[in-house]
Amino acid sequence: MTTASSSTGHRSDPALFDYLLRLGDDSLILAQRLSEWCGHAPMIEVDLSISNVALDLVGQATLLLDYAGEVEGKGRDGDKLAFHRDALRFRNCLLVEQPNGDFGQTMARQYLFSTCQRLLFRGLAQSTDARLAGIAAKALKEIEYHADWSAEWVVRLGDGTPESRERMINGFAWMWRFVDELFQVDEIDAAIAKAGIAPARDSLRAAFNAELKKTFEAATLPLAPLPAAILGGRKGHHSEHLGHLLAAMQFLPRAYPGATW
Amino acid sequence: MYTTELQKHPSKPVAATEPQELIDAFEARVAADEFIEPKDWMPAAYRRTLVRQISQHAHSEIVGMLPEGNWISRAPSLRRKAVLLAKVQDEGGHGLYLYAAAETLGTAREEMIEALHTGKAKYSTIFNYPTLTWADIGAIGWLVDGAAIMNQVPLQRTSYGPYARAMVRVCKEESFHQRQGYEIMMCMANGTPEQKEMAQDALNRWWWPSLMMFGPPDDESPNTAQSMRWRIKRDTNDELRQHFVDVTVPQAEFLGLTVPDPKLKFNDKTGHYEFGEIDWSEFWNVVKGEGPVAKERMHDRVKAWDEGAWVRDAAAAHAAKQHGARQAAE
Ligand SMILES: [Fe+2]
Ligand SMILES: [Fe+2]
Repeated sequence: MTTASSSTGHRSDPALFDYLLRLGDDSLILAQRLSEWCGHAPMIEVDLSISNVALDLVGQATLLLDYAGEVEGKGRDGDKLAFHRDALRFRNCLLVEQPNGDFGQTMARQYLFSTCQRLLFRGLAQSTDARLAGIAAKALKEIEYHADWSAEWVVRLGDGTPESRERMINGFAWMWRFVDELFQVDEIDAAIAKAGIAPARDSLRAAFNAELKKTFEAATLPLAPLPAAILGGRKGHHSEHLGHLLAAMQFLPRAYPGATW
Repeated sequence: MYTTELQKHPSKPVAATEPQELIDAFEARVAADEFIEPKDWMPAAYRRTLVRQISQHAHSEIVGMLPEGNWISRAPSLRRKAVLLAKVQDEGGHGLYLYAAAETLGTAREEMIEALHTGKAKYSTIFNYPTLTWADIGAIGWLVDGAAIMNQVPLQRTSYGPYARAMVRVCKEESFHQRQGYEIMMCMANGTPEQKEMAQDALNRWWWPSLMMFGPPDDESPNTAQSMRWRIKRDTNDELRQHFVDVTVPQAEFLGLTVPDPKLKFNDKTGHYEFGEIDWSEFWNVVKGEGPVAKERMHDRVKAWDEGAWVRDAAAAHAAKQHGARQAAE
């Protein structure tokens, strides 16, 4: 594994490359999922908000994957990484690739992701890696909104009607098994944390739990212990859903390899 | 057009019960290019026509999100994905401003949406055609938004204040829509042979429906004169259509694409392009709801609305509880 000192050296730094893929792929895959709502949301205002979040996430993915390509040093840019990797090479967490389900399920996924992303990016904004710190500081302004917006919907739907409460509970029930993965620390995370590039993910857990407790109280929703964790996304072992998502997303650049668009 | 009168029969004449001096004063203000505001007196027929026109415009923006939304998940680069998302999001915003403008005339958004879903209200015929390749996203921006701009720019000076102001906001965004579409066409027309083929095929399919967007010919638009007198329409359908052809044909030539009209030719004397006969039976079929993907479009809209009902109910219930809690605290 890369040592801490080489993790700040950038060029051809495999740990940093992988770490940036994790961040960039999280944003990209969630953006792809959210954009499936475009034109189909429960009301126009929600349609606009969801597209807005998706748009922010595409922007984050572009900056992060472009940077990943530079760190890799093999001439790949964000587009090359987004459209010409297969599922085994994707490093996103399993949570973001989960299907939209109904609006409750989409908001459960969003709330869990954005709440964690906010804590992480607050740390990343202080990164010893100046480029990443800059990207994170810009993204953090967006993420603060995503986290608040999704928390408001969790409260609204949890507290709203018996039906919305049940749907919100079911939406979370789909997602709980993927929460632990957000806080896993493997050798790459450890190297990155040691270099001061990012906070160790397990250090975010207490703040995340506190946030969850607060939101669930406001939403009058029950919190139970998490089910057994499903892992694998960071190593490229994804759910069955990702392959289909990529098939649609990558279709044009794959079908017409020489073309520019 | 998004706002084209799609009724074949003339509107009812002004109700005889309306006081003549109010009508005269109203007509004088409109003729002097003053804005009519929501609280001002207006003839019932003016109100009715405006609600129909503005809500139809709003519906067109919302239904219009679907054909382009169809390609967001398959946009071929991160930049194209972001641009298309932003563009389709803008159209949703346009729908929102327009519903709000129509609501100032006393009709609730839910009521207008209900009219759309039951087929009582119309929307632009253009959105009942399918988007088959990525080039269609280029063609829509270039042709459909291009046509929309021509229709909407004059409406910034329309007589009803809230509508005119909504159009000012909308027009600010439309030129970006047209540009991103043309840029996609440029890329593809100058790209690989397959891309060029897609671009030409898209032009072939979207050209005539785009001309139809401006609505029936003037001699079959019985309400045009009244609408122009009321300044809720500022140019006739045929004038706008001619202008569109004059502007767009050189753009197609610049792309190296062929407009699918063997009769198209430039008339040196008039300075305008002459073009072939539009298939008006196709147009009226689409107006009737028999466009190629009309069923899919309405199915998607109704499904989104019905499946969103529990969300809207929950939001209302939560807001009511919050309100009650605040009142109890006071
Ligand atoms: Fe629009
Ligand atoms: Fe537009």
